[in-house]
This record gives sequence, structure tokens and C-alpha cells, in this order.
Amino acid sequence: MRLVQGNEAVALAAVHAGCNFYSGYPITPATEIMEMMARQMPKTGGVFIQMEDEIGSIAAAIGAAWGGAKAMTATSGPGFSLMQENLGYACMTQTPVVVVDSQRGGPSTGLPTLPAQGEVMQARYGTHGDHEVIVLTASSVVEAYRMTVEAFNLSERYRLPVILLLDAVLSHMRENVEFPDVPVRERVMPTIDENFLPFGPDAPFVPFGSGHHTVVTGMSHDETGLPKALAGQAVQRILRGVQERLAQDAREITFYHEMELADADIVLLTYGITARAAREAVGLLRADGVKAGLLDLQTLWPFPEWLILEKTQAAKAVLVPELNLGQYVIPVRAAIAGRCPVESLGRCDGELFTPEAMVEAAKALAHSLEIGGVAHD
Amino acid sequence: MTKPGIDLTPLLRQEMMPTVWCPGCGHGIIARGIATALMSLGLDMDQVAFVGGIGCSGRAPFYFDANSMHTTHGRALAFATGLKMVNPKLTVIVPMGDGDSMAIGGNHLIHAARRNIDITAVVFNNSIYGMTGGQGAPTSPLDSRSTTSPMGSIEPAFDTVELALAAGATYVARTTTFDFQEMPQLIAGAIRHHGFSVVEVLSQCPTYYGRLNKLGEAPDMLLYERDRTKLLEAFGPPPEITREEMVGQLPIGLFRDEERPEYVDQYHGLIARAGGGKSAS
Repeated sequence: MRLVQGNEAVALAAVHAGCNFYSGYPITPATEIMEMMARQMPKTGGVFIQMEDEIGSIAAAIGAAWGGAKAMTATSGPGFSLMQENLGYACMTQTPVVVVDSQRGGPSTGLPTLPAQGEVMQARYGTHGDHEVIVLTASSVVEAYRMTVEAFNLSERYRLPVILLLDAVLSHMRENVEFPDVPVRERVMPTIDENFLPFGPDAPFVPFGSGHHTVVTGMSHDETGLPKALAGQAVQRILRGVQERLAQDAREITFYHEMELADADIVLLTYGITARAAREAVGLLRADGVKAGLLDLQTLWPFPEWLILEKTQAAKAVLVPELNLGQYVIPVRAAIAGRCPVESLGRCDGELFTPEAMVEAAKALAHSLEIGGVAHD
Repeated sequence: MTKPGIDLTPLLRQEMMPTVWCPGCGHGIIARGIATALMSLGLDMDQVAFVGGIGCSGRAPFYFDANSMHTTHGRALAFATGLKMVNPKLTVIVPMGDGDSMAIGGNHLIHAARRNIDITAVVFNNSIYGMTGGQGAPTSPLDSRSTTSPMGSIEPAFDTVELALAAGATYVARTTTFDFQEMPQLIAGAIRHHGFSVVEVLSQCPTYYGRLNKLGEAPDMLLYERDRTKLLEAFGPPPEITREEMVGQLPIGLFRDEERPEYVDQYHGLIARAGGGKSAS
């Protein structure tokens, strides 16, 4: 057991996952990841570089990926906004890269040292044009470690940028932890011939210098990588291919925890740091006779609609507490499609929810719906 | 040095021909200059990477049969930095436009120069944004016409060479598409140079810059390049002339060729000091 900070766990997990390139730019509350990587990378023969801005940071990480590295960058809100254009480039060029965003209050400079969950939609849709992307999150130091390794594994498996959303509290929080041994997906260099299609369905990622003169472009291209005629149809085929693959593997790539869902009338649906208070709230509600349960997601995108429907099948109401004005509640509400009320509990004042605040909101919801266990006035 | 007329097609990606460049555009001359330089150096194209930005010049990586990356506007040097750091064996050439290098990507250019990373930037400077239809650039001369400076530019232009020198690039040259005998030699020198090199090539855009500024057809513009530039004394410092005197005397040639610790070497020294054992590549 050792006392480890959330950001430190991310850096240690990255090294465990085989990360050998880190580029970044200082920003609170993500900076410790960078400081740790500045110490760790040279020791393991990897590359660390402090870039001139976050645009350059993600660009260098993508360039390094094409140089053959497992690459990562980390930032917070303002830097994450700057990275959006090149995130889309990574999507379009099917480049494995890990991007950590430790969320702080926003918009703009916002609340640099206080937590938020304001980038849930930005992580999914922030870059222009449609695309698939994988977004993970975590609620504890151990989970931050585990999800960082999974972020690398998924980015390798699907050749996609994977975004890990933390927040200011988790980044700076210290917990006594024993790190789990999370398996690492190693990169295998395939043998390729002259018919190799670098952007073909399930094509392995083959970096520069392999002998295949790959063309990598953010322009629409076909499976050869070349921006030829009918590139619109080609890019649609490629993007849909990624979408279908993720949909097929939905059960494997959706990480979540659940608690007391079997007979729950009220389901608290949370993600990230908010799950910690929700776990306690469920206990308090149960003690008060309210049949509450918890669905805590670590995979936010691709949107696990199937899981949410499965786990809220018998629920009479769903409460979605999140540190924003109500973002993830929107697709949840759309998925449940009126079968039961879906209530948002949002805040963006830089404070976390207390379990009591969730209990109060859940009870008010139960009351308004005349769900059993709540005394009527 | 390879003479004009030699077959450069083995270096080119035939399936991407013809190029997107307009008839008379200078960029094909620069691409030929790069190919000629590569041929003279005899480099293995498996170990050559082109990393381009956006705009007319950004298309250059498509036309070389090498490892080719066409990135986002202005960011090519940042992509190239990551690529070079993890795979130092690659010869990394960054074709950039004047928008890429002097406007949206100016920050990356000065930092690549400051670090002295072993990358060759070839700036295709046609004094205008061609791909988007002739808007003013930070390299458009004062009083020059563009679609966004229809009454003449009121902004002074950036001098690529002065900027690269001040930022610490260790190999800095300027040439023109008129001076084709010198151009491949200067580019070959830049590729051979161990450090950050900038070769600015003044290029003609008859479609927009030439037309909007009444400079005539492409051959007239080549003569215009000849007449507004003056060859430096070989390897000498830039002549002490004022900006006003530069009209007709914009210096061209090799401004700097010096050794300074190179960034990837410096980093690998750091790995050795940290006991990192194996190298990153």
C-alpha cells in the first residue's frame, strides 16, 4: 500500500501501459502528470517534451504515434479546447493516442483549482465533423490507474484517440492504494506486403519507417490513405466501419459499476468523482426505506444505451447528478424515451455533491412520483 | 549536384499526378528542387518523411514516394517534432506555406528553431494565400494587393530569414524559383545539416498574386523575383542594408550554417544521464 495522487497514478499507469512519448504544456490541475512524466520518461528510454502550447502537444503526440510510440498528452479545459482540431485529425487518420483532460470549472479560465464535469459533451463532439471516439472516466485513484491502462489498450485496439476525463479533485486527491495488475495490449508489428491497405478494415497500425510509404492525411481518403476521387464515400465507409466495430464490441469496452440495482425504484446514474457521494447516498436512502440503486459509468462514450436500458428497466425514476448544468442527462433521457422520469441534478459552482444533497434530490423525486418508502406530508 | 533533366520519377508518387498546383505555379519548381536535392544525397526514401501543413504547399507530401503526412494548418512542425523525437533515423522535411510558417504556425517555427531539432523546413513563400483564393498573408509586401487588401496592404511583411535567424535556426537560406541552380544545393545543404534548417523559397503565384498585382504571367514573375533579389556574398553575413534599401536588393543565399547542440541528441544525452538504457527509437 502506498499513498498516491490521482495524477501520479495516471503517469505510473501510462508507464505500465508502455507509453514512451509524452508531450504537454503546464496547466492546473493536470500539471503533475507532466512533471511525473518528465522524470519517468528518460528513465525508461521514452521521450518527454514540453511543447509551446496544447495545440503543439497533441500534434507532437500524434506525430510520435506515427513514429512508432505509444503517446499521451494531458491537459485541462482551456488546453483541451485548443486540442480539438488535432483530436479530429487523430480520428480521421486512425491514430492511437491517449488524451487526459482533468476537468476544472469553466467556461474559459473558470475555476482552475476546482472540479467540474463540463467536458462530457466536448470530449464526444468537440472536434468538427462526425467521428467516433472513446471516453473513459474514473472516481478513485485506483480507477484512474486502471482506466489509464485501458485507455492505452483501447486506443491500440481500435486505432482511435481515447480521452480520459478526470477532474480537479481526483487529480489532486491522494489515496492509499495497491495497484492492480492490469493487462497491457502490446503492439505487434505485422508483416505487410505491397497490397497492404493502411486504412483498410481492421488494418493494423503501421508506423513510418516500416517500408510501406503510407500517406497520412486529415483530408477524406480511401483505404489506401490517398485523397482520391469519391473520397466522400470512402470516408463514410471508413467512419461507419469504426462505428460498427465499437457497437459490436460494446459489452467489452463499456466499464461500469453497479450497486443495489436489482429492486431499485430510483436509479442514480453517475460517472467520475460524483460516484463517490452517490455510493453513500444509496446506503442512506436504503436506510430510510427508499429503494435506491447506482449505475456508475467509467465508459461514457460510445454511449452505452443498451446498458442504461438494461439497468433501468424496472426503475420508476432516474436521477443524474453531474458537475455541470446537465449534459449526460440529455442522452440518458433520450435513451429512456419517456418510460420513466429522468431528472437532472447539476451544479457548476466548483463544489462536489454531498451524499445528503443527492439523498434530498432523490427523496424529492420519489415524493413527487409517490414512490413507496417516502413518507407523504 | 544533379543536373536538370535527370529522371526524378522514382522519388515521386505517380498515382497522385498531376499535382493540384495551377499552371505556372512555382511550387512544382520547389518540389523539383527538393527531389533533386534528395537524389543528390542518395537517401533511402523508406527513411524520409514529409510532414506538410495546409494550403498549396501542404499538398507537397502527397507527391513524394516516401512516408507522407499532411497535417493541420500551421502545425506541421509540431507533428514533425514528435515524429523525429521517437524516430531520429528519419530524415524529416517539412514543406510549409507562408501562412503555415509565418501566420498560424509561427509559434511552432520559432520553437523548433530555438530547440534546434534536426528538421528541414522549406518555406514555399508566394506572398499570398493561394488555396483559398488570394487573401493577404503576413509575407505580402506593404502596399501589395490581395482580395483582403484590395486597396493595398497596410501591414509590413515578415522577413522569414530574419525571424529564423533571430529564433536560433542553425541553417538559414533564401532562394527563389528563378534561381534553380542554387535551390537544390541549398535544400541539400539543409537536409545534410544536423539541426533546424529553414530554406525560404520565393515562389510565384500567377493565378492570384501575379494577377492582383499586375505582375504578368509566370515567366514575368520569375524575372520579377530575379530583379527584386540580390545574391549574398557566398556564406557571408547579410549586407548592412536598411529595409527601404531592400527593394531590388532582398538578399538571397546562405545566411547561416553553424553547429549548435541538436535537440534529439541533447535528449538522448538526458536519457543516458537518467539511466534510461535503451533509446526511444
